[in-house]
Amino acid sequence: MHELSICQALIDQVENIARENEAVAVKAIWVQVGPLSGAEIPLLEHAYPFAAAGSMAEDAELILESMPIKVHCRSCGAESEATPNKLICGQCGDYHTDLVSGDEMLLARLELDKLTH
Amino acid sequence: MCDTCGCNVTHGNAHLVTNDGKLAQTEDGKSAITVLQNLLSENDHQAAHNREHFDRRGILAINLMSSPGAGKTALLEATIDALGDEMKIAVIEGDLETENDARRIRDKGVPAVQISTGSACHLDAHMVHDALHHMDLDGIDIVFIENVGNLVCPASFDLGQHRNITLLSVTEGDDKPAKYPVMFRASDLVLLTKADLLEVLDDFDPQQAEHHLRHLASEAPVLQIAARRDIDIDSWIQWLRDELAAQQDRAENNETVRPNIQPDGAALHLDGDHSHEHQHHHHHNHDHNHS
Repeated sequence: MHELSICQALIDQVENIARENEAVAVKAIWVQVGPLSGAEIPLLEHAYPFAAAGSMAEDAELILESMPIKVHCRSCGAESEATPNKLICGQCGDYHTDLVSGDEMLLARLELDKLTH
Repeated sequence: MCDTCGCNVTHGNAHLVTNDGKLAQTEDGKSAITVLQNLLSENDHQAAHNREHFDRRGILAINLMSSPGAGKTALLEATIDALGDEMKIAVIEGDLETENDARRIRDKGVPAVQISTGSACHLDAHMVHDALHHMDLDGIDIVFIENVGNLVCPASFDLGQHRNITLLSVTEGDDKPAKYPVMFRASDLVLLTKADLLEVLDDFDPQQAEHHLRHLASEAPVLQIAARRDIDIDSWIQWLRDELAAQQDRAENNETVRPNIQPDGAALHLDGDHSHEHQHHHHHNHDHNHS
């Protein structure tokens, strides 16, 4: 699986942002993951400490937020919840739907520790 | 996926960027930053660069994905036999080890670069970029990228291709689209391979496979093919001809297309905006004075 390389990319991004903001450490990282992103939350949790070791985010808390799968129907206009292998409209059953949410793999938010005097 | 214009903001996370969002409150002396940046943004950036390489030359780039042994290389061999005189093909081969597949392609007189991924389970945009530097793209019409045989990881990585094709061999089971939704949802075309075996298999129903695919909200066409026997290859060849013609039209008009894997928001960025400022920060400094 590729969750370790995803976590390494995450740490790279987090460190870049932390440096740009002249932070001394990263306290918390919020990541959003949808079931259709191809990344699994438990595997990310396992891989994260290996990627974070020795970085500015070594002691950061990782908060992984699971995103719901929602689809918008192009036929009837309804928005409904869906499952990974049943993305049809929950109202009318048409398969002409667009994914509204559920494939996210985003660094959503950071909490940084800054030296304040 | 882009990080400049807010197309990453979905219904699911919009609350984070509003001032009253549940994560907007921070402890004193700390700084919270809303980022909303794709974890694979570095890969996506490289993929966009690869796509520019292809588009500048009017090349159609196709990513072939399947489980190991579904017949990706056999499909390429049959395609080269059918189209070798009509268009110029080049191939990037991804495998954990060996040059075997690249050798099979070169035996057909077609240039092939082998990427040995070691233990990596997928190709990424950087690997493909390196391979492109070992390839003479002048005069090439179609570049096939044969991904690592794997129905899971390759679906998550944009390589700079224009179309994703997923092969499903009929010996694998017709419920594969239901079992591997991330992969099959990303497909622009699904090829049911080794279809000559259907008559001796009683447990693979092509209609059932298509039914599972439609449940993924996919409109991708499904074609049956038996590349080894040169059966039913005509509809596949015609699909390729049509796609190449469409890509050449797009290239003339400075347009491009991304495979199905890309969210709709990506379509907003095909207007030549290649800003490198791909971070979108909101600063929330809290300098409350507690005495």
